[in-house]
Amino acid sequence: MNDYFDFEKSIAEMEKMIEKLKSISPDQNHYNDEIAELEKKCALQKQELYGNLTAWQTVQIARHPKRPVLLDYISLVFSDFVELHGDRSFGDDQALIGGFATIGKRRVMLIGHNKGKNVDENIKRNFGQAKPEGYRKALRLMRLAEKYNLPVLCFIDTQGAYPGIEGEERGQPEAIATNLTEMARLEVPIIALITGEGGSGGALAIGVGDSVLMMSHSVYSVISPEGCASILWRDASFSPQAAEALKPTAQSLLALKVIDEIIPEPLGGAHRNYEQTSQEIKRVLLKHLKRLSAFSTSKLLKLRFEKYSAMGLFSD
Amino acid sequence: MPWFIKSKTSEEKRKPVKDDIWVKCGSCNAHVFKEDWFNSLSVCPKCGFHGRLTAYERIGQILDIDTFKEMFGRISPSDPLSFVWTRGSYKDIVKQTQDKTGLNESVVCGIGKIHDIPVSIAVMDFRFFGGSLGSATGEKILLAANYAYEHKIPYIIFSASGGARMQEGTLSLMQMAKTCAGIARLREKKIPYVSVLTDPTTGGVIASYAMVGDVNIAEPGALIGFAGRRVIEQTIRQKLPDNFQTSEYFLEHGFIDLIVERKKLKDTLKNVLQYYNR
Repeated sequence: MNDYFDFEKSIAEMEKMIEKLKSISPDQNHYNDEIAELEKKCALQKQELYGNLTAWQTVQIARHPKRPVLLDYISLVFSDFVELHGDRSFGDDQALIGGFATIGKRRVMLIGHNKGKNVDENIKRNFGQAKPEGYRKALRLMRLAEKYNLPVLCFIDTQGAYPGIEGEERGQPEAIATNLTEMARLEVPIIALITGEGGSGGALAIGVGDSVLMMSHSVYSVISPEGCASILWRDASFSPQAAEALKPTAQSLLALKVIDEIIPEPLGGAHRNYEQTSQEIKRVLLKHLKRLSAFSTSKLLKLRFEKYSAMGLFSD
Repeated sequence: MPWFIKSKTSEEKRKPVKDDIWVKCGSCNAHVFKEDWFNSLSVCPKCGFHGRLTAYERIGQILDIDTFKEMFGRISPSDPLSFVWTRGSYKDIVKQTQDKTGLNESVVCGIGKIHDIPVSIAVMDFRFFGGSLGSATGEKILLAANYAYEHKIPYIIFSASGGARMQEGTLSLMQMAKTCAGIARLREKKIPYVSVLTDPTTGGVIASYAMVGDVNIAEPGALIGFAGRRVIEQTIRQKLPDNFQTSEYFLEHGFIDLIVERKKLKDTLKNVLQYYNR
């Protein structure tokens, strides 16, 4: 059922054994003691492993092919979703989608990258790598949210903005830069959540928020470990070292004050329990929506400016 | 190209070779007297190639004599991630770069006058970590924007940068949002912001403050682009045209207003700013 990584091998073996024992005598109780003991051992080992993941292991979990994508969250966290298409200028980017949505009793504008889970979906969704028209659609929806007085929720999961010739031709950097500038002054609350991969400018272009949150096994980085390794180490096989050096994990970024809160994932990662993951997301988003809705617009903008003014560490 | 001619990388082409008397143009290979080279503002008198300038050379060319007052000069990089790679530790290499360049960071900020118009100005210097955008760079660019905001004077940024600084990880990515927050606020007081793109302006810098000027001006032939050429070639699996990611390409596609030769840059800035009618 689950796809396992190399570092999960012993857990995979134990889980397989437990299932095998259970299947041998589903009605009788011959192996109950053994099963219980194995389950206990397995749980302990999971605690140990997933509590101490390396940055590179976290990157792999964040990219897990079965990790929930925005469309999963749309059905599990939200209701009454109305997808809105197109940037009104060039086209409709399927790598970045959005629309009206309801969470609990709150109405919001929901925007996010959507990776595919198989080859066909990934071709349609361009692996979650948006082009300029995707970022311009996002901005159009944010302006609509401002007009309708709806908070904006951004779900981020992308390797980065699409680095192709059309992207350059149609102004990928201009689209990103404009979003950063407009989001800084958007007159409704913005909550950004990194659900999987937060890849550089393509993530940040919908990532400027009053609250910035990360799933516990997501990553957020200025460059991919592979890109960093091939530039600084001149060899992409140094990606694990680059991943450690870049400190892209939720725990590191909470300490560096890049993000405000970490949403815990089920043991082993979000892909192991969509339902539980979605409930946690819903709980935390509602908490932040409630907190931010208490601020006047001018207070909100003042706090947002102060938040971003304080980003970074330097000596003076 | 015949096999016996060694092809130059674009990096080699762009770096003029300097010795005591001669400067070899980085584009046409002409040997130019050093004095002539500097008299022509580091532009090749033979082919018009625009060589890179240091931040202080740029300030000398753009601002009225003796009007520049540097600000925020003490702000310099720390090493928030304790970053180490094959070349050594970020901390040590920052120190070496500071000693070599005499700069504290990749940007020099301050106030001055352009034909008597007071401006807040930030000038990037490619020699410092490839002009990359680190936490201290972002802080200085924001503070210079805030100075323009508080004193209601135009803000001008000269960009020369490879992008965000990897050695500061996600904090450097955040500088894109931080600097744009400063630029965004200028609009509310209707304060002009002019972005000047020089060779090279790429990555996280072109995708933040460099692209959102009221007026975007570029020098001729500058490398301007978002993703690296190799990354794009790997993605699309085909060769890119030669003029791809140049000032001219950006003008043609509608993302910059003007390409201006270096010798006309100061006058052009004045011409733009004089339309600020408040």
